Amino acid sequence: MTTNTITKKSRVPDFLPVGKLNKFVRWESFLVIILFGVCVLNSFLSPYFLDPWNLSDATFNFTEKALIALPMALLIIAREIDISVAAIIALSSTIMGLIAAQGAPLYLVVVTGVIVGGMCGLCNGLLVTRFNIPSIVVTIGTMSLFRGISYIILGDEVLKDYPDGFDFLGQGYVYWVVSFEFLTFIVFALVFYWLLHKSIFGRRTFAIGNNPDAAYYSGISVNRHKLILFVLVGLMSGVAAVLLTSRLGSTRPSIAMGWELSIITMVVLGGVSILGGSGTIGGVVLAVILMGMVTFGMGLVNIPGIVMTIIVGLMLMFVVSLPVLISMYKAKRQR
Amino acid sequence: MKQFLTNSREGFLALVVVVMFFAIGLIAKNFVTISNAVSIFNDTSILIILALGQMLVIITRCIDLSVAANVAFTGMLVAMTNNAYPELSVVVLIALALGVGALLGAINGVFVWLLKVPSIVITLGTMSVYRGMTFLISDGNWINSHQMSEAFIDFPRALVFGMPVLGWLAIIFILAAYLLLRFSEWGRNFYSAGGNPTAAFYSGVNVGKVQFYSFLVSGTLSGLCGYLWVSRFAVAYVDVANGFELQVVAACVIGGVSILGGLGSVFGVVMGALFIGVVNNALPVIGVSPFWQMAISGAVIIAAVIANSRSGKNKGRIILRDRSQAQPPVAAK
Repeated sequence: MTTNTITKKSRVPDFLPVGKLNKFVRWESFLVIILFGVCVLNSFLSPYFLDPWNLSDATFNFTEKALIALPMALLIIAREIDISVAAIIALSSTIMGLIAAQGAPLYLVVVTGVIVGGMCGLCNGLLVTRFNIPSIVVTIGTMSLFRGISYIILGDEVLKDYPDGFDFLGQGYVYWVVSFEFLTFIVFALVFYWLLHKSIFGRRTFAIGNNPDAAYYSGISVNRHKLILFVLVGLMSGVAAVLLTSRLGSTRPSIAMGWELSIITMVVLGGVSILGGSGTIGGVVLAVILMGMVTFGMGLVNIPGIVMTIIVGLMLMFVVSLPVLISMYKAKRQR
Repeated sequence: MKQFLTNSREGFLALVVVVMFFAIGLIAKNFVTISNAVSIFNDTSILIILALGQMLVIITRCIDLSVAANVAFTGMLVAMTNNAYPELSVVVLIALALGVGALLGAINGVFVWLLKVPSIVITLGTMSVYRGMTFLISDGNWINSHQMSEAFIDFPRALVFGMPVLGWLAIIFILAAYLLLRFSEWGRNFYSAGGNPTAAFYSGVNVGKVQFYSFLVSGTLSGLCGYLWVSRFAVAYVDVANGFELQVVAACVIGGVSILGGLGSVFGVVMGALFIGVVNNALPVIGVSPFWQMAISGAVIIAAVIANSRSGKNKGRIILRDRSQAQPPVAAK
């Protein structure tokens, strides 16, 4: 953890001249070390850990969440948040199930899923930007609304008629152990890396996150930018809904319940500041894989899933307090 | 009176709740009776008590998403204690619930006060930690009514002047909250810390400490509600009150508490909670599937915040920078 990620006020761009050694002292390196430790520990705990098929199986548990964590990172960097993502998955999955039950072809089902997600994102974005309401309240409301609509449509029923070939999206393998889901994640991770770190769009995102007023006065259309970010989160939730529905092979209104917590945890664990303005896609990807490996390792030694939620919660609390603790420690030492 | 009903948000909301109550009476016979009104109030009591605690937290620019998990943990703990020591008096159990709830709330508060961590992240974390701890202490088992002592179950149901103790508790808390927030310095500090942390800081209010108190109160009330919930429904299990935190926040938002802090009244929150209570009770009566409940409360929250954002336009703006280090929950512009 370097100083430039701790004190946001003094932080100018990500390209501050630093010593060669200091380049490695950053959040991502910390994550790599922990990830390495977890992998070593896991392979000691269970001989089955390093089996490529097992590792490939493990990726299924986090790729859908990870797909949403990518645009969520951008959104949180721009000082907004979307906690309706799991509800968007539910609604999008429900609509997909409905049109699939009517006999819609494969491509139509997929496109509908993604577009419904995008529409939900648009709805969030319009509410936030047009009415100037804090995104947390808006998305608490739309979270009930979206999932509520899928409860109205489905009630306690299940949809499970999908066109042929739909199951490939969530269950199929492209090459050897590389699943279609994981490949999708890699592709989108690269896209979002380019978007955040190499494009003007990304620079604007950082600018808005560091100082929305300054960004506005420098000619960035802040509201339109935020609207696009909300739509992106919605679209990616739609993609995640397609993959998840295909993997599970059925839709219930309670699908993906509580996912917003793990998605936000992934983003924060990846070093994205919850106050906005800093973060990297690389960190988020590392955090995603780290959480996946921890879950998988605990599964190997038969620790129940709910214990995992405790650990995720504690991790989240630890990670957000760590920068504060470090700066307190530094301030003390300077005195 | 007319001005109160049309100009103030709370008055308008009260009007809506009353009109809705009578309108449902037109469709469903026997809905508009005093005993039904009392029973709706009684049903909503837990929501009202939790919403009062949440109101304090939101007024100080924070949010507490861990209330429902706190309810589940304390409820389970109290139920298990009752199961293990049936002879223990209810007073001791209530004290236990209050103490444990306060402790869980204080944990949130310490993070927000001393570490200045955004409350939404901390309470998202403690939400899953408390829920997970509920599983750990109970091992996933249920505590059913036959494992609870009679006194334990009967306390919130005992009738006093025709209304169960649960309803009276809600009334006591409503009055206490009103008096404290209106007339005590301790209560006024919540508004000043949330309304303008910079000004509050310069006038000697410890903003972080006030936020800590709000979490402490919210946690304590959640602990009490843990006992009330478990004894009222005569069952304790891990998923008790799952997702209830959203209804609690919804009650506040509908009741006109501004998520940006500093605004909100006890009367509004009670009306917000009653609005949800009336909707929940009315749906089965007028033959609408209960699956509609979630979407309705979502739509109402959105409508309420849009109305809020419109009505707040003429209020003053903070032009000085926030110097008290109190961060708004997610960074409001």
